[in-house]
Amino acid sequence: MNVRTKDKVATCMFWLGAGCVVALLAALLGYIIVRGAYAIDLAFLLGEPETRRAGGGIGPNIFNSFYLLFLSMALTVPLGLLGGIYLAEYARQNSFTNFIRLSIETLTSLPSIVVGLFGLLIFVSMFGLGYSLAAGALALTVINLPLMVRLTEETLRTVPGDLREASLGLGATKWQTICRVVLPCSIPGLITGIIIAAGRVFGEAAALLFTAGMTTPRLDFGQWNILHPTSPWNPFRPGETLAVHIWKVNSEALIPDITRVADGSAAVLIMVVLGFNLLARWLARRLGRRLAGG
Amino acid sequence: MWRKIAFRFGRAARRELAGFSLSFIAAVLVIVLTLAITVFISWKGLSVFFVHHVSLANIFSLDWWPDRPPEQGGPQVGILTFLVGSILTSVLAALLSAPLGITVAVFMTEISPHLGQRVLQPVIELLAGIPSVVYGYIGLSVLVPFIREHLGGTGFSLLAGVLVLAVMILPTIATVSTDALRALPGSLKEAAYALGATRWQAIRLVLIPAARAGLLTAVVLALARAFGEALAVQMVIGNKREIPHSILDPLITLTSGITMDMGYTVQGSLWNDTLWFMATILLAISFLFIFTIRVVIGRGMVR
Repeated sequence: MNVRTKDKVATCMFWLGAGCVVALLAALLGYIIVRGAYAIDLAFLLGEPETRRAGGGIGPNIFNSFYLLFLSMALTVPLGLLGGIYLAEYARQNSFTNFIRLSIETLTSLPSIVVGLFGLLIFVSMFGLGYSLAAGALALTVINLPLMVRLTEETLRTVPGDLREASLGLGATKWQTICRVVLPCSIPGLITGIIIAAGRVFGEAAALLFTAGMTTPRLDFGQWNILHPTSPWNPFRPGETLAVHIWKVNSEALIPDITRVADGSAAVLIMVVLGFNLLARWLARRLGRRLAGG
Repeated sequence: MWRKIAFRFGRAARRELAGFSLSFIAAVLVIVLTLAITVFISWKGLSVFFVHHVSLANIFSLDWWPDRPPEQGGPQVGILTFLVGSILTSVLAALLSAPLGITVAVFMTEISPHLGQRVLQPVIELLAGIPSVVYGYIGLSVLVPFIREHLGGTGFSLLAGVLVLAVMILPTIATVSTDALRALPGSLKEAAYALGATRWQAIRLVLIPAARAGLLTAVVLALARAFGEALAVQMVIGNKREIPHSILDPLITLTSGITMDMGYTVQGSLWNDTLWFMATILLAISFLFIFTIRVVIGRGMVR
């Protein structure tokens, strides 16, 4: 075979590989959504899960997933922003900064089950939170914090140095420059990154098995006392998220309609994650255009 | 007026200090978390030696019978079966996924950057965004029955675990490899073309060797992800505490062992502490991967 033919064959191989990956995603999404479509109706989306009978819904699980996402993001976003600001604006090239980077790398590559066990040991037992949304939110924060720090640092670094110099030249302090110039310029990048991270958190399950727990108490949406055990807003109650529900239904449920509940839950989960992803893309394009247009 | 200026300056200075301190504390928090995880997990895990006095030979053996009564010789907590299971699934998945991931990366950087940016980039991000329980569920409802009907066995097998993992780590390999290939100076490719190389020759003989440190990093990161994945694997491998003899046999991994038993064993018992020891092994291996990457990248830069 001469080199030209070889080159053609290789090119075909690369196209084939790329095509395979696109087909794979289409097949996965198509399979989950088409299979789940028959299971999804209003009663399923809003109903209570059943432990023994057929016909259970996933209402509380959807609520738990979103509420937990909110709780963990409320911790992750400010902490991650501050950490990223330190690395991008203040940190010098020294061994301390190196150690922070090494820690970030380590935290990022930790298996989420290990983070879940750490949560069980520290947040659930040592802090005495028990299986609770608060413990789950803290565990998710441990997973997400390094990503948020890295995202912030990378985004802040894309802001041109001229802007900083102009602001400092006008007599602003460093912190004023960060808050009034650098952060506003980075908002499109930050929002996009945060939403994509939110999609990941929404599907996390391994870290939540032993922190947020695998049960939900009967919720009373009329109960506004947030420390009451049946209040949906109580962060100290256990809460099984949608992703954990999928796992639990498949591994240890006693209900007769496992397939229906799992199909429906997987489809809802995928659609929410897809929704986050598309929202991030749309916002990125829109905000980018607005900033570019002045 | 002077008082006003002084007041303003004072407030700005105070804010400056507060801003710096808060961001410094947040950065330190990352270090504290890392150290806390390391210390607490290993402190719990190493209690198999310090509290239960299990010997190294016992813990790294194939014998698993954590509730064997004392009259029969006492409990046996060998975790080697779990460790071998983890290594088998993750290494095979990385071997399967690496060629496809690198192919995609080359496609995105060399063959069609336009389509790469427009189509493959979002596709890979979406693949990375699919939750692991959904991967596990697809494996359980498609792969497992398929293997049972067409290849034999129960379907819960090493093969199912490897396939699920291979898809899950594909985005990691593709993304990191793409970054590695993009970082290469354009002059390399131009020089290869100027010497009369075809595109395939340039890719195979110049670009891939030049990016090898980055490509290896991609594979190691993917391996780390596969090694630590818990639920997707647990759902499809059958969780049988045996070393598999063929790819159609069921097996168990460290992560699935922890997932299965952590909720059903008593805190402080030998069985429970052995699970924490497995978590310590996961932690140690994750450190090993980081170390490998730092060494690989370091060496790649020196050359």
